[in-house]
Amino acid sequence: MRLFVLIVGGGKVGTNLARSMIEEGYEVALVENQRHKYEDLDREFGYAAIFGDGTETRVLEKAGITRSDYVVAVTGDDEDNLIISQLARDKYAVHNVIARVNDPRNQATFDMLGIKPTVSNVSAIRALVEHHLPHHHLLSLLDFEEENVEMVELVVAESSKVVGRKIKDLQLPPSMLLVLIFREHEVVIPSGDIELRADDNLIIIMEKGSGSLLSTLMDEH
Amino acid sequence: MKILIVGCGRVGSGLALRYGAEGHTVNVIDELQEAADNLGGDFKGKFFKGVGLDIEILKRAGIEDCDICVVATDGDNTNLVVAQIAREQFKAPCVVVRVFDPNRADFYSKRGFNVVCPVNLTIGAMHEAICQANQEVS
Repeated sequence: MRLFVLIVGGGKVGTNLARSMIEEGYEVALVENQRHKYEDLDREFGYAAIFGDGTETRVLEKAGITRSDYVVAVTGDDEDNLIISQLARDKYAVHNVIARVNDPRNQATFDMLGIKPTVSNVSAIRALVEHHLPHHHLLSLLDFEEENVEMVELVVAESSKVVGRKIKDLQLPPSMLLVLIFREHEVVIPSGDIELRADDNLIIIMEKGSGSLLSTLMDEH
Repeated sequence: MKILIVGCGRVGSGLALRYGAEGHTVNVIDELQEAADNLGGDFKGKFFKGVGLDIEILKRAGIEDCDICVVATDGDNTNLVVAQIAREQFKAPCVVVRVFDPNRADFYSKRGFNVVCPVNLTIGAMHEAICQANQEVS
């Protein structure tokens, strides 16, 4: 049986998603509440395009939410995406709900209300940019929120005082653990006698909020 | 009492003026500066320009220690999200939210929210008025 994906929001994200899901063989319904946009969608998608406010239950029902396998809320309004997701999950018992976060400042509200997974263009692009920032900049890899621990990555700068020093001489505090080193194309398991080199990628597990302490440890001479 | 009102249209401003006149501490948030005009010059409370989803604005307007939070912007979904932030995140003791759409109003009132649905109220009032007028005719 073909999986049925209900997409709410016929902007660029929703339209392109609908197009690619249809190409992949999914059954798609695409809800849009602006008349002029809907007319374009109607020409391209025919009966799969549905006109109406996707936060209204009767519109969602007309679009087939009761039999949908996925609901994807990708309007340009975060509050609309939140309410669509809640209705899908809690009123219609849809198991797979994906929501778009337009303004990353609203991410906390999605998290607080348990709406997940979420997708944010801004956060995704920012993460890519940050990944290429040189030196010292900590990249957060994993966040264990409840345990108050995070896993971070940082690159050893050429000018850093740790270059040429052995791990056992670094005097890392007990709240920090160096767990892995990526060196050129190799993985090095850290042990006390290994000397750090410039451009080593260090993977560190530490208590949250120790970022500035770590930066100080990795500082220039 | 400390009262926070999100949305300063006819309803929000009307409530703000009433509670202000009764001597309560009233803070009002609206995304449009012009909305402050609805309060008039005699309003003693504070007006904050900003959107209700902005946690910082909510905090500045006193959501952390308000006794009552009224949410009445012109957007149902904005209202429902702000009401949930007030209740779940800030544990506001009393949250009242306006929702025009009867279906969403019904769903969220079943989840324990104090929802006021103007559409349902108007239908009820209209029905009663019709019954009375009809009796007078016959």
